Amino acid sequence: MKQSAIVIDKRDNVAMALRKLERGEYIQLKIEDRIIDITLSQTIPCKHKFALKDIELGGAIIKYGEVIGLATRKIIKGGHTHVHNVEGLKGRGDKQ
Amino acid sequence: MKFWGYRRVNGGIGVRNHVLVFPTVICASTVAQMISRAVPGTICVSHPHGCGHLGEEREHMIRTMAGFCGNPNVYGVLLVGLGCELLAPNLIVEKLHNTGQRVETISIQAEGGTNNTVTKGKQLTEKLLEEAAGAKRELADVSELFLGTKCGSSDTLSGLTANPALGIACDLLVAEGGTAMISETPEMLGAEHVLARRAANDEVKKRIWEITIAMEANIKAVGVDIRGYEPGPGNIEGGISTIEEKSLGSIRKGGTSTVMQVVRYAEKPSHRGLVIMDGPAHDVIADTGMIAAGAQMIVFTTGRGSPVGAPIAPVIKVSSNSATYNQMKDNIDINAGVILDAGESIKDVGERIFGEIIEVASGKLTKSEMLGHNEFAIHTIGPTV
Repeated sequence: MKQSAIVIDKRDNVAMALRKLERGEYIQLKIEDRIIDITLSQTIPCKHKFALKDIELGGAIIKYGEVIGLATRKIIKGGHTHVHNVEGLKGRGDKQ
Repeated sequence: MKFWGYRRVNGGIGVRNHVLVFPTVICASTVAQMISRAVPGTICVSHPHGCGHLGEEREHMIRTMAGFCGNPNVYGVLLVGLGCELLAPNLIVEKLHNTGQRVETISIQAEGGTNNTVTKGKQLTEKLLEEAAGAKRELADVSELFLGTKCGSSDTLSGLTANPALGIACDLLVAEGGTAMISETPEMLGAEHVLARRAANDEVKKRIWEITIAMEANIKAVGVDIRGYEPGPGNIEGGISTIEEKSLGSIRKGGTSTVMQVVRYAEKPSHRGLVIMDGPAHDVIADTGMIAAGAQMIVFTTGRGSPVGAPIAPVIKVSSNSATYNQMKDNIDINAGVILDAGESIKDVGERIFGEIIEVASGKLTKSEMLGHNEFAIHTIGPTV
């Protein structure tokens, strides 16, 4: 069966859906020799990200092993992680 | 490793043998188009520039136009001017003569109007085309290839499939002694430290920080959140959430080599290996700048699909996913989506891209060339007066 999601770096706390994943769907992800079990708490559109563990308000979102932004509210494990709950730190002219 | 290219009198090597009709000012655009249409087989571009460039932008424009016209893919160029413009053809000629490029000039006011200029311009261009027809390909070393890289209309798969595969191809080219260029300074924000770690020396490291800090300051000065612009609406729909995420995916297309140099927009690198050109992420502006810096070819990765080509350089299009490839087969040369749905490795696809680079350098047409895509745009840096 085709892989349903992918984790790019072992340090990452988000994965990317490789197809549309339904709310309540259970998946297993292999990160090197570790297996993570996840039940998706929301529907995840194809190519979008979801959290591999609970991320607190202000917590770093890690992808490619690097910080790609901060959580603007608590994101629960298996939750859709995108512009509605993540903000970037660079190029924020609105915060001047 | 070798390819078949056109050796130029100045020692450069072209992968194409174009005759270009180039207006140095917008007022000469229509006449330039008329001349080019009258001589099939020539290429013409249009742009809104040539007057009103204040201070540094004047030099920036001359460098870009001369670099583009002097690219080794161009056998010869007819520069078409008006007569009263800031960037008269002679300013470009001075730069071109340093490169040994074959060049003719014509000005509308001196010739006495549109019809006379087209008649004379046609004769000059026909002569260039006749000469160009005599050029023959010869074997050249891959170390003489200069590849520009670009990603446009990206999605989250771009950073996972197409960009790292192109990165493999860049690493292979650099290992052969060739040159690979990444640009798009906005798409280094959030990934500066990764590039800086790979700088060849302290000066290169300093320049990486300088260009990214300056770019972010320019962006912030506008007073908006960069999201919605970079990443753009299509990127966000494609799953990219922040500029940092986009950047970290974007820089993967340059591979993992040492960063040898940072150059300005349209500035020719003096080092081989992986180089950075400071400039915007705008697809066509970046392509034009890299070609003006001397790139003979572009590899362009795309997530959502892009038709963009370039007037004098082949653009090889690589899709990040099979759905986009199947949707836009007439535009896309290589599908990196097979990494996800056919279990191919990033390395295999990277080697395929490198093989395609060599074939295209030797004359194989890309999809963008077959369709006649020749998008062209020059970066502006100053107020237009």
